[in-house]
Amino acid sequence: MAEMTLIQAITTAMDEELARDERVFITGEDVGVRGGVFRATLGLHEKYGGDRVVDSPLAELSIVAIGIGAAVSGLRPICEIQFADYIFPAFNQIVGEAARFYYRSNGVWNVPLVIRAPYGGGVGGGLYHSQSVEAFFTHVPGLKVVIPSTPYDAKGLLKAAVRDPNPVLFFETKKGYRAIKGDVPADDYIVPIGPARIAREGRDVSVFAYGMMAHYAGIAADMVAAEGVSAEVVDLRTLLPIDRDAILGSFRKTGKALIVYEDNRTMGYGAEIAAILADEGFEHMDGPIRRLAGPDVPGVPFSHPMQEFFMPNPEKIAAAIRELAAY
Amino acid sequence: MEFVTASPGTTTVLAADTLVEMYQVMVLSRRLDERVWVLHRQGRIAFHISAIGHEACQVAAAYAINRGVDYVYPYYRDLTLSLALGFTPLDFLLGVFGKAGEPTSGARQMPSHFSSRALGLVSGSSSVATQVPQAAGAAFAIQYRQKRGLQRPDDNSQPRLALTCLGEGSTSQGEWYEGMNWAGVHRLPFICLVQNNHYAISVPYDHQSATPNVADRAPMFGVHGAIVDGNDVLASYQVLREAVERAYRGEGATLVEAKTYRPVPHSSDDDDRSYRPREEVEAWKKKDPILRFGQRLMDEGILTEAMIADIDANARQQVETALREAENAPYPAPEAALGAVYAQE
Repeated sequence: MAEMTLIQAITTAMDEELARDERVFITGEDVGVRGGVFRATLGLHEKYGGDRVVDSPLAELSIVAIGIGAAVSGLRPICEIQFADYIFPAFNQIVGEAARFYYRSNGVWNVPLVIRAPYGGGVGGGLYHSQSVEAFFTHVPGLKVVIPSTPYDAKGLLKAAVRDPNPVLFFETKKGYRAIKGDVPADDYIVPIGPARIAREGRDVSVFAYGMMAHYAGIAADMVAAEGVSAEVVDLRTLLPIDRDAILGSFRKTGKALIVYEDNRTMGYGAEIAAILADEGFEHMDGPIRRLAGPDVPGVPFSHPMQEFFMPNPEKIAAAIRELAAY
Repeated sequence: MEFVTASPGTTTVLAADTLVEMYQVMVLSRRLDERVWVLHRQGRIAFHISAIGHEACQVAAAYAINRGVDYVYPYYRDLTLSLALGFTPLDFLLGVFGKAGEPTSGARQMPSHFSSRALGLVSGSSSVATQVPQAAGAAFAIQYRQKRGLQRPDDNSQPRLALTCLGEGSTSQGEWYEGMNWAGVHRLPFICLVQNNHYAISVPYDHQSATPNVADRAPMFGVHGAIVDGNDVLASYQVLREAVERAYRGEGATLVEAKTYRPVPHSSDDDDRSYRPREEVEAWKKKDPILRFGQRLMDEGILTEAMIADIDANARQQVETALREAENAPYPAPEAALGAVYAQE
């Protein structure tokens, strides 16, 4: 058992999958000798060669489309989009093609494809290096969407994604790449895609979050615990398919829900959780269903004070928990 | 760029029985296609998109590759190509009627979205040119397997190239440029067959591109380019076969532009009288690929008028038999709409 950063766990998962299965290859911008701009593929080009860790042209739609064609042909591509902000040129290939392939062929052609992309703000990235794009994709049946918040889950979920017969979008909190650390076993384990994880048990308020916000929710829960408020943190991990049972199970216990995400608030992922709770958890409701999210502006501003104004953080989460607990 | 129009001597290229088989497929495709137009005009079906006029370059493409083994990423006009690979009139007509048992999509897609794992035909969408970079990905996978020793380069039981087809209008899409670019960068075993029928629905080619020919753009990708008379079976076969052998030898991709024409509207929902003169259509009808190929085979003593009449009668018979079966087939259960969203391991 070694302590690793989130990004080291991601690199380890890819390393192990490349070693395990010759059908696995990686492509994306700068993934080769450079090891990725964030260093997620560090050392993999050297170890596995340029035929398996393939620097792509600077063109995102073809990174994904090449992956689709190769996946349909039986390989197991891992496609890296350098920043989630740059995934939109590939939107049609993901949403119109990869997501629909299995359905449109009535189960004949499947697309075992992983698309990795760093997402999220708080790193001085401005409008085009800070975006959270999950809600665009969690709307699309046929896709799976995964966002880990711990190194343990990152390794296990990424390995599960590589082995999944469906297209999986794997979003990685870039702010958490080196800020989040944790123990990662050396063995070949899988964290199944689907189930959420109760990151911390509590009685008073359920906090639903993923990625960096799940990490922050744990810190916020510590802060309010000193004041006698017991917050349960549900780390969703897999956003699509959604783990309704885990969400409703926690809500039945607390009757109060705070949903935290760093995307824009309106029509964000939290809206669906709120809808599930309102519909299927109505008789357990003991307060307003609250969302803490980014404001509805077209991006995370670059300048530090504006960026921090945009981003949820442990203090803001703790304040929202206190307010709900007191309701 | 050379414009290949002169047909090579027939028997030096393909055996006589193969040539007859190709002619039979073209006639079957035409009779099936015409029958479906009639069904639409009778109000019995909702939609048809036609391959009429494109039969020559399509049948040539099918016979140039390792049929049923090499990957084909088709587009909606590839009825003849699909039939040549082994798709049947019944397969097609079940799709036209949206009936249960439709083999490409379980009748989820509109007609003419050809797909069959057994035939190497890969499912496509209606969004044009999306299949091009995917086909490049399939070619990338072939090259990957060969480089890694997972597949012998001469193993003809495995796909050794990916062929994709599209219209000339679709070459304006970024997807086409990005797919062609990969094919060039990696010297992929890849053939892009552009069936240039001069109109993207109503928009003429000079509104798509300032390059006089689609294949003029081959050098910018570092791939081989060729232009061929797409209404000439043997000229098309010659050019496509060269592209196939180039791919098999590991010498990279080819962009083939087949000049052709669709003498019918874009689809059953289109009226081409609004955008092109009748004289132009009539002039192209004189260059009909089936008439030309039939005449050629008669000139060479391979077919007679009586044999041609037999082939035609046989095609009509096949279409009518399949039509009865498709019309009598049940519709899918409504709840079938819910299945096959996610693959299970």
